[in-house]
Amino acid sequence: MSAHASSLRTVLSARQVRFGLVLTLAVVGFALFGPLFAPHAHTDLVGITYGRPTAGAPLGYDYIGHDVWSRVLAGGVSVVWMSLAAAAIALAAGTALGLLAAFARRRVDQAIVWFTDVFMAFPDLILVLLIVSMLGRDHWIIVLTVAVAFAPGVVRLSRGIALGVVNQEFVEAAEMMGYPRSRILFREILPSILTPLLVHLGIMLTWAVGMLSGLAFLGYGVAPPAADWGLMINENRAGLLIQPAAVFGPVLLIALFALGTNLLAEGVGRVTSRIEERKS
Amino acid sequence: MSSVPLNAGAPSPASAGPLATLKALRGRLPAWLPWFVGRLLSGIGVVLVISFIVFGATQALPSDPARIILGPEAPEHTVDTLRRQLGLDRPLVLQYADWAQQVLSGNLGRSIDSSVPVGELMAGRFANSLTLTLAVAAVAFPLALVLGIFMALRRDSLADRAVLSSVVLFKAVPGFVIGICLVMIFSTSVFSILPAASLLDPSLPAWRQPQYLVLPTATLALSVATYLLRLVRASMIEAMDSEYVTAARLRGVPERRIIWRHAVPNALIPAIQGVAMTFRVLFGGAVLAEVIFSYPGIGNTLNAAIEMRDLPLIQGIVLVITVGVVVINLAADLITVLLTPRLRTATRIRARSPGLRNAASLWRTGKSWRVSV
Repeated sequence: MSAHASSLRTVLSARQVRFGLVLTLAVVGFALFGPLFAPHAHTDLVGITYGRPTAGAPLGYDYIGHDVWSRVLAGGVSVVWMSLAAAAIALAAGTALGLLAAFARRRVDQAIVWFTDVFMAFPDLILVLLIVSMLGRDHWIIVLTVAVAFAPGVVRLSRGIALGVVNQEFVEAAEMMGYPRSRILFREILPSILTPLLVHLGIMLTWAVGMLSGLAFLGYGVAPPAADWGLMINENRAGLLIQPAAVFGPVLLIALFALGTNLLAEGVGRVTSRIEERKS
Repeated sequence: MSSVPLNAGAPSPASAGPLATLKALRGRLPAWLPWFVGRLLSGIGVVLVISFIVFGATQALPSDPARIILGPEAPEHTVDTLRRQLGLDRPLVLQYADWAQQVLSGNLGRSIDSSVPVGELMAGRFANSLTLTLAVAAVAFPLALVLGIFMALRRDSLADRAVLSSVVLFKAVPGFVIGICLVMIFSTSVFSILPAASLLDPSLPAWRQPQYLVLPTATLALSVATYLLRLVRASMIEAMDSEYVTAARLRGVPERRIIWRHAVPNALIPAIQGVAMTFRVLFGGAVLAEVIFSYPGIGNTLNAAIEMRDLPLIQGIVLVITVGVVVINLAADLITVLLTPRLRTATRIRARSPGLRNAASLWRTGKSWRVSV
């Protein structure tokens, strides 16, 4: 227990990790609690088309006269929960399949790896576009589709690490002592491959932010009167010359969220690999 | 000279039977050939399943193409007629067989929206996208290679750390956000020197109109070069730390020769897989970049086709792109094996894609995948 606590402290003491964590939490907090502080409802028409920023509306008005600040405050929830859910589902499903492949070997292993090949031939965005355009823009469908696009990478990663672990002595010892397979899997193998998987979760989160805001930008995500950062970029793009703040606000927040998750994930990855090196 | 071909195939009287012939043949064939044949067959299988998915996603899903084409208000009997005309009432297996046969004979059908043959429609757009892709490759790959090697040689210096931390920005921030920022900086708010929309003159090839290529190329190159840069840097650092470089130093080989003749050729092998991975990212990112800049390429066409539910066009584009990715990966695997002596001469290559895991591991952790055997 104390070993865990001390390595957690080492990880948190890295500057990049702390910076990434603060940035991520700040954007998540902004997205979750923002709607409570919005001066107007995000669908209220309160100003003129592409009205310039004023004292009452720090970011001005958008393409049909919504208050941009209110929409920025309201438009983060969808990106945040959907990218978190997509990355988490991809991680869970991918790890399960990867471990199954590493454990089962032979035919099952080959079949699983071969199927990841199939999905990895589709550029992520194109696979998601293909499915979402046919099944509709229901939030859960989008989340699941993004998870399907990311899962093969997790399968490859978890299978690769697990193959290195399955043959190690402590697993063989547990098998000889007659522990049930599920116990070996969850108590012996999973903890020792958890760190790289969590790092990958953070990287997938960055990708998911880009993918989901990109989908919304293309018009396949959150549907119009609702507020969403990606959607807002698309809506106000035509007014970029007159009212750049309406695009700049959501652009900045998407960029900060992606940057925060990426710094966090890679920082943790770097620190933990340094800890591993010191151990060996 | 003239007598050799006549005797080459015939077994010499000393050798006994077909087994020896087989052995002799194996000696003459390259050792990696069985691996490559297997890899090729697996690639063909992947393409087959991709065709199932593309066909299934567009025609077999609960959504009804006939209803989509005619709109929600069309009367039921009109929809039924169209369904019959499109052959949608027949069993799926037959529909797929028909479709696959058409595709194999090079006929991708007609666009529902414009009734122009899909192949014809795609050709011009693909040419534009190819120009863009080549421009991105010409900018991003040399940049990543040179900068990656340079940074590896001066690792942990101020320059290395500065580039590493600024590169994080382009790696994390989504490509289309980079594109929007470039538009803001170079064609609207700050400077106004480059066109925000790539309204190509269709009578000229895209490369003759470079002013329209600059921003889309920059957008894609910035988001793609970072992947490769990091891979090259990690790979080069590892090469410089390797035993053969130490041995060469002990032998008194000049440092420049060590870098360019010993380390760089080895360090670039993982970069081949990196380039292949980059293409997949590039094809996906191109959809967003082309939409932002209204660039008349394949990504923009795909987006429009999906909006119009133009099924034959969607199928054609997705099929060509995915098969392209499979072919690029296959080529990268083959080149990796041919350039790695240990793999080229191995009696049996176990991994299907021997360099991929190594490249992925270098990219992710900065360290090679350690081969235990």
